[in-house]
Amino acid sequence: MRAPHLRGVTAFALAAAGALVLSACGGGGFSNGNAPAQNTKTGPVKLTVMIGSSGDAETNAVKEAGQAWATKTGNTVEVIAAADLGQQLGQAFASTSPPDLFYTDASKIGTYAKAGDLYAYGDQVTDAGFLPSLVKAFTYKGTFYCAPKDYSTLALEVNTDMWKAADLTDADIPKTWDQLEAVAKKLTKGKVTGLVIGNDINRSGAFMKQAGGWIVSDDGTKMTATSGPPLVGLQEVQKLMKAGVLKFNTDTSPATGWGGEAFGKGIAAMTIEGNWIAGGMKDFPNIKYKTYELPAGPGGKGTLLFSNCWGIAAKSANHAQSVDLVKFLISVDQQMKFAAAFGVMPSTEEGAKQFAAKYPDDAAFVAGGEYGQGPVNLPGFDQVMAKFNSELAQLGKGADPKKMLADLQKNGTAAIADNG
Amino acid sequence: MARTDHDPKVRRWGRKPSGIRGNEGTAGWIFVTPMIVILGLFLAIPVVMAFWVSLTSWQGNTNPFSSAVPFVGVENYTDLFAKDSLTRSTFMQSIGNTFYYVLLVVPLQTALALGLALLVNNKMLKAKGFFRTAFYFPSVTSSIAIATVFLFLFSNTGAVNAFLKFFHIDGPSWFSDSRGLLHLIFGAFGVDNPGWAQTEILGRSLWDWLAGPSVALCVIIILVVWTTSGTFMLMFIAALQDLPVEVDEAAALDGTSGWQKLRYVTIPMIKPALFLVITLGLIGTWQVFDQIYVMGKGSPAGTTLTPAYLSYQQSFGNFQFGSGSAMAFVVFVIIVILTRLQRWVLTDKDERKPFLGIGGNK
Repeated sequence: MRAPHLRGVTAFALAAAGALVLSACGGGGFSNGNAPAQNTKTGPVKLTVMIGSSGDAETNAVKEAGQAWATKTGNTVEVIAAADLGQQLGQAFASTSPPDLFYTDASKIGTYAKAGDLYAYGDQVTDAGFLPSLVKAFTYKGTFYCAPKDYSTLALEVNTDMWKAADLTDADIPKTWDQLEAVAKKLTKGKVTGLVIGNDINRSGAFMKQAGGWIVSDDGTKMTATSGPPLVGLQEVQKLMKAGVLKFNTDTSPATGWGGEAFGKGIAAMTIEGNWIAGGMKDFPNIKYKTYELPAGPGGKGTLLFSNCWGIAAKSANHAQSVDLVKFLISVDQQMKFAAAFGVMPSTEEGAKQFAAKYPDDAAFVAGGEYGQGPVNLPGFDQVMAKFNSELAQLGKGADPKKMLADLQKNGTAAIADNG
Repeated sequence: MARTDHDPKVRRWGRKPSGIRGNEGTAGWIFVTPMIVILGLFLAIPVVMAFWVSLTSWQGNTNPFSSAVPFVGVENYTDLFAKDSLTRSTFMQSIGNTFYYVLLVVPLQTALALGLALLVNNKMLKAKGFFRTAFYFPSVTSSIAIATVFLFLFSNTGAVNAFLKFFHIDGPSWFSDSRGLLHLIFGAFGVDNPGWAQTEILGRSLWDWLAGPSVALCVIIILVVWTTSGTFMLMFIAALQDLPVEVDEAAALDGTSGWQKLRYVTIPMIKPALFLVITLGLIGTWQVFDQIYVMGKGSPAGTTLTPAYLSYQQSFGNFQFGSGSAMAFVVFVIIVILTRLQRWVLTDKDERKPFLGIGGNK
């Protein structure tokens, strides 16, 4: 092995290996620098659309819509239903060819935008007439990033059989916190808890809004968790818990996966969920229920709003075509088709109006769109919210809401400072 | 003695290769080249790249080696230990969790594997093949599938709680119970967050460090011990079958009891296998990921967070790849130190080399 010509062979082998490795890196892995402001290929293109689907109904509806656009414009569209959208997008962004179009949760806008993964095309679609609260949910640092594709809000679901059995009538539908407490007390009986809600901020947060505040300032520049209203909201939740008329889904007996499950199993007379409850209740066909707007608190009406938008990758080579496809997808007709296929609510004023007319049972969800609060969409907040939610889950076991809000204020402030 | 050209050893190395075996070296290199390329491409280079990323604040969408990516030096590492932040407290919690996890899993799985191996290696046992297959079965099943089955077994209305109910015990809600085992034991003696445990160490109070594994983490511990002992049983069986029968017989003639034979004859002779099992156990347990990913992603209250999962979450969830890779390298260092320590402990006293420059004979 020490002979001179063998050394040559070694060197050759290593050089060959090295060359292979380098060419592998140069050839595929990464692209350099930032994507240009607008990438436009001409001629027919192939668009890839990645969605986080709720099931076959949704996947097929999106495929159909994509196909309709493709036929009209002469392009091709491939729809991929991701198993874990967040993870698959994270990997795709690191590659040279992420999907052109993808579902983006409102809470992810800041993270994606800050990393430079999103192509901001909001200004090209504003004439669609989106609900203002949705535009706000997808705006980060003054830029409206992407077109909201649909939304849902929280509302109060009431088990009508239990309602009647407790001698309650339509006139008793709670409009205030006091009324909510009164009916919850009447409905709590034996194994049944008056109101069961999910154990994170995505449910309790509605009470903060009703108390007149939110954990982050409107412009997203500072934390307002210790400003007062959030504490009032959580104290109301804890007060109902102490009275035994409200429980988190994890505290029921038996514990349940979400509010809808407790509601479906008949151990909750009321719950607070979005319009996805309709899908969940298919497992419990015997439960009859009606949906109402959430009661108002000292700060007026308040609810939370959840939404996804059609994100376009900054690295996509087909920005113009992608925006065109989005315009097609957010048209009122197409959104009503999606509504019929898998029950989502249209993101535009006109669409919401048509939806409310066609599906009067869902009017409470639509109404929430006027005043709903979107999720915190700042970058680096995953951990902050996870920490807060883990503390919030202990609220029923006597945890101090003041302390958890102080922690949230501290952690959130640090995250805002870190992500400037 | 000075070596000269007449020294046969030197001459043999210095001679130009020729004849029938002359080109063996060349052939050798050609044969290993594919492996060097594959290892380099998929192992060495990614490791170096990850290390580079851990020194930057890369966000995952450009070339990590371009000049646009800010180089931050060791900041990602110092932040994990010195900066009072949520990242530090979460990371320290994950380290604490995993410490208790390793502390329980490694001894339990090693003991269980050795026990099973001794059982199925017993000459008196009938249907050995059946038992070996049965014990090995969990190891060849997908960890995701097993984790999902455990989710059902330990759910609030699952088989385990139904079984406990039979004995009039109210089972805990396993996956949402964040109370630590040690805290529960302290509680039984009336100690709850006492004054002496308020000292802050790396952003967590001593009381938090002493929590022990949470009830939820214990389920994962049971699962992992059950699944991995099969694999390690196989290694012990291989070692046991290599043992000379004469030694066994000699020990029997000397009148040893079963326990004495195990303690003074069998275990010392299978020490290499023991070393292998503990090493693989240590490495595997510090890297636990699948089960965490399936069974709660850190909930309840972060008590099932592990550095491997956190590193993934930090990278692909928060797009803070630098901090995520730094966590991975910290775990790497922990594993190296523990393995080194373990090797030092298992080596006979008179053969010990110094452990990281401390102790030993030389």
